[in-house]
Amino acid sequence: MRHKQNLVEFKIIRDRERCIQCEVCARQCAFEAHIFDADAREMESVDALCAGCQRCVSLCPTRALTVIKNPQEFRPDSYWTKNVLQGIYKQADTGGVLLSGMGTDKIYKSYWDRILLDASQVTNPSIDPLREPMELRTYLGAKPEKIELRSVGKTRKPRLAVKLAPQLRLETPIMFSAMSYGAISYNTITALARAAAKSGTFWNTGEGGFPKALYEYAPHTIVQVASGRFGVHSGYLNAASAVEIKIGQGAKPGIGGHLPGEKVSRLISETRMIPEGSDAISPAPHHDIYSIEDLAQLIGALKEATRYEKPISVKIAAVHNAAAIASGIVRAGADIVAIDGFRGGTGAAPTRIRDNVGIPIELALASVDERLRKEGIRHRASIVAGGGIRNSADVVKAIALGADAVYIATSALVAVGCHMCQKCYTGKCNWGIATQNDYLVKRLNPDIASERLSNLLKAWSREIKEMLGGMGIDAIESLRGNRLRLRAVDMTDTEMTILGIKPAGESL
Amino acid sequence: MCGIIGIINLDRRRFSGELIAKGLSHLKDRGNGLGSGYAGYGIYPDNPDDWCFHIFFTSEDARLKTEQRLDAAFKVTKKEPLPVKPMTSVKRPPLIWRYFLKIPAIRPTSTGSAEEREKKYIFALVMEINSSGEGAFVASSGKNMGIFKGVGFPDEMAEFYRLDEYRATAWTAHNRFPTNTPGWWGGAHPFGLAELSLVHNGEISSFGINKRYLESFGYHLALQTDSEAILYLFDFLTRIHRLPLEIAAVALTPPHWEIIDCLPPDEKKLYTALRMIYASCLINGPSALVLGFDSGMMGLNDRIKLRPLVAAESKSFAYISSEESGIVAVAREKLKKIRHPAAGEPVIFKYRPTKNQIKPVTNRDGSKTGGHQS
Repeated sequence: MRHKQNLVEFKIIRDRERCIQCEVCARQCAFEAHIFDADAREMESVDALCAGCQRCVSLCPTRALTVIKNPQEFRPDSYWTKNVLQGIYKQADTGGVLLSGMGTDKIYKSYWDRILLDASQVTNPSIDPLREPMELRTYLGAKPEKIELRSVGKTRKPRLAVKLAPQLRLETPIMFSAMSYGAISYNTITALARAAAKSGTFWNTGEGGFPKALYEYAPHTIVQVASGRFGVHSGYLNAASAVEIKIGQGAKPGIGGHLPGEKVSRLISETRMIPEGSDAISPAPHHDIYSIEDLAQLIGALKEATRYEKPISVKIAAVHNAAAIASGIVRAGADIVAIDGFRGGTGAAPTRIRDNVGIPIELALASVDERLRKEGIRHRASIVAGGGIRNSADVVKAIALGADAVYIATSALVAVGCHMCQKCYTGKCNWGIATQNDYLVKRLNPDIASERLSNLLKAWSREIKEMLGGMGIDAIESLRGNRLRLRAVDMTDTEMTILGIKPAGESL
Repeated sequence: MCGIIGIINLDRRRFSGELIAKGLSHLKDRGNGLGSGYAGYGIYPDNPDDWCFHIFFTSEDARLKTEQRLDAAFKVTKKEPLPVKPMTSVKRPPLIWRYFLKIPAIRPTSTGSAEEREKKYIFALVMEINSSGEGAFVASSGKNMGIFKGVGFPDEMAEFYRLDEYRATAWTAHNRFPTNTPGWWGGAHPFGLAELSLVHNGEISSFGINKRYLESFGYHLALQTDSEAILYLFDFLTRIHRLPLEIAAVALTPPHWEIIDCLPPDEKKLYTALRMIYASCLINGPSALVLGFDSGMMGLNDRIKLRPLVAAESKSFAYISSEESGIVAVAREKLKKIRHPAAGEPVIFKYRPTKNQIKPVTNRDGSKTGGHQS
């Protein structure tokens, strides 16, 4: 009954003349879409099991395989689409909540793609990043509104009179967003940690705990305190460079998380501090945070626990009232506000939530930055924007809208091999990323993966420098919040008002 | 492209506006006739303690409305149309009036010294008038100083404003080649706010964030130009945040991180903190400027010196100019120490401490006025 009603998503095409029956495809596919038919002495494929991850296509030594979208359609209907029908069939089969991995793939307007950057011509020269210093260094954390000086010595030399709040120093304004050990493999987090250290930025443990073996990367590590409190102990908090309280995630605002017991191996049980094989359930809210006052208390508790030596970040999903919430978070004492847009990725989220809850990061970021400035508290916290940052141009636009830095996660996973098949929640990731299966985990070499991640950050940083130079700017802080260098195409007046940018064609 | 020049007599001897006009005319190629202007310090020895407003009006109606505001806020000691020479080459000048004003006793609710309170009062009034939309623009608002500017070449503006009739201890001047905003009277340089005046050659690429930063502290950028923003940044940092001018200059054009990283620990801390705290004050992109203030003037270049700036001294004068030719043309004494300041390096000339103050400019005496930059 099931398979008869649902269409398969992909079609595997095997070129029989090229196939040498080597069985590489069968070994590579954890979804078991390829099998060797011993009787016929031929490789066979089961389309229905294919996730479309392209692993077999990439590794087939004779290039005999092609995986395409199944051209078979239901009767065309622009409202009752194939996806809608498939979902209903699946739920009628199982009575279950539909799950998805990664960020929403629905067609929502992308504001990044409707924002254009400025460049200098004649009156204000562009700056050549190959000749002049081009500064991307960024400090995240609370800054005082004004500097306090004292004079020393006979010459009355000015000196800094007070100690500043703790800061994170980034050599490029891009950090790796929270992904837990458990959701992704040990090799993957190792690669993220090494790349962050090499590139002078930070990776984020998510709620997966911080394996002791990776403490050498602590100066480049942000640890998370989420609703399940997994892996949180004083050593964990004090090892890190910053602590992030996770209130929400862009892919699934308002709900928690669930790591199935099958994935809780010995090492994961150690880092998460839960019994081996038990489910790790992160509740929807923190059960000690039911109000902004409660959040202020947790921020205070974490500052006490870390002797006021680490910035405390609070991460929220981009929701309708993000600006007011962010204002409250800053007033509650957070040093960093991280906002995660609705296109942000996830290891597992209920599909309907992933596809329908939250707002675009561009709009949330712009409104948060503006609100904090209007209230005169923008200096009291840095803003980190994440959730769908795809390339260096997105980074530049985010910073011009008001972000101090961005978080990337999906882009980072793609850099190490992810092909966005959205099956992270199955634990069968053929690329060795979102899996705890030793046989699959080995596929991701942390040395190679960390180099690929460093390369990505290097490439984006170079591109950011080129774009800055083109705008006649040689320090990233002169771009931050500088919305005059952005223009909108194909937007409504209201959207432009929210983003604080002018239409293309309108000059200064 | 624009031309800027400043001349200061370090002994506070006053000298004629003809000299600065001559210097600026040597930079004629750097402008296009769409704006020129002059700021003179110490020009009103008869009313040294009054706040002097030079105001442009688009109409008589605008003048009457604004005068109501002035009457309500000040004791008007004297008011008059600014003496000008009508010229065929000077098209459609606004109505230009001059007011000498005294501030009534300010309620001691606000903090700071009497001088700070007065400046705060002036700031509020200038912002109010310039943002009122009533057709009035305050061109200058300092004590014993004034700004004379408009649309025309340097020599035309000097003649129009009868600059040869004024004598100042320091003059700054600007010849404009406008790029972003159309040439109009208010948009010409110098820009002034209380005793500060600014002439600027450049176009800053950080304007968007400089402006947002200033607006969050109540500044109204009437002209939407980067030069106005720079003036307000100096006002903000020296008046509100009470930073020494040298430190304010670092905040605006800080050294690169690669230099800061090599400084001794204490300086490294200070410069790092300045860049972190005043990130939104950094003026990025081409700039050469001369800032005039109570006790002297300062020249400053952007961080990678994208505009020319030359400084020189003689026995009793100091000069800052876009081009050396402007200095050579007006130097009365043998020039020494001709130098080209490095990127981001402020050049500050202050009046020497005087024993025999030449009267009647005692009002410029630092000890008496206690200016925060001295």
